[in-house]
Amino acid sequence: MDILKAGNPPRAAFLDYPLGHTTGKPSQPELQREIMLQALESFTSLTVPGQIKVLPFRWDDEDWKPTAMTEGDARTPRHDTPQYQTEEDRIRAEANAAACEVCEVRTSAIG
Amino acid sequence: MSQPPVEYIRRITDNYAKLGYKAYQWVNNPEVPPWTPLKKPLSQCKLGLVASGGIYATGQIAFHFKDDTSFRAIPTTVKTTDLRTAHFAYDQTDARKDPNVVFPIDTLRRLVKEGVVGSLAENFYTFMGGIYSSRRVADDLAPRLTERFVADEVDVALLVPV
Repeated sequence: MDILKAGNPPRAAFLDYPLGHTTGKPSQPELQREIMLQALESFTSLTVPGQIKVLPFRWDDEDWKPTAMTEGDARTPRHDTPQYQTEEDRIRAEANAAACEVCEVRTSAIG
Repeated sequence: MSQPPVEYIRRITDNYAKLGYKAYQWVNNPEVPPWTPLKKPLSQCKLGLVASGGIYATGQIAFHFKDDTSFRAIPTTVKTTDLRTAHFAYDQTDARKDPNVVFPIDTLRRLVKEGVVGSLAENFYTFMGGIYSSRRVADDLAPRLTERFVADEVDVALLVPV
């Protein structure tokens, strides 16, 4: 919420879930749909620039919050080469890059 | 009683200080943001999306972690099982189980089927939001993404941060 307020976008819907769960919980499509419906409603219901709608969903418990507040920087190192989720991804990406001289927008990094 | 939202700015600022880094310059936009009313019902709108969770599709080049200001165009017909993530600043376990938690593609496709949203743009855009230079985001990445939204003629744009 603090980062959102500082960024100050035209409209925002805030979901108080742990980092990495911006639009819901995994494998819960009904919940994801409810969250999205409430978020999209902001396009019409928020009428003052910078307004934030707090979405009425709660993670099961709030045990995650104290940990999120106190844990040290849990980031992985900032590697400067592409970090593939799987080795297969790397092989596919490199094959795609090799196969075209002017890579299509969809396969290549843009910018 | 509900605990208040986590104060990430304070926590990260403290962590940086502990690590001996220079104080991080958080983006702060005090001016009133630009604002346009919706010109037609959402059910008639074309929706565009940009997500910062480092999502890419298998076959695309993955993001790197050192101020990567590139973005990917992911077709909105993508197979959900082809989606991957590459990011250094959040636990990707659940995003890798179900990308919809940071890239709500199935959710939005469903809402188009239901008639809640008119249509989706041909591509959604993604980038890796762990970019320490806010100037590069403002001057370089954001304008290029805006160009895409304008070219795609979207009526609304959803930003999904992590």
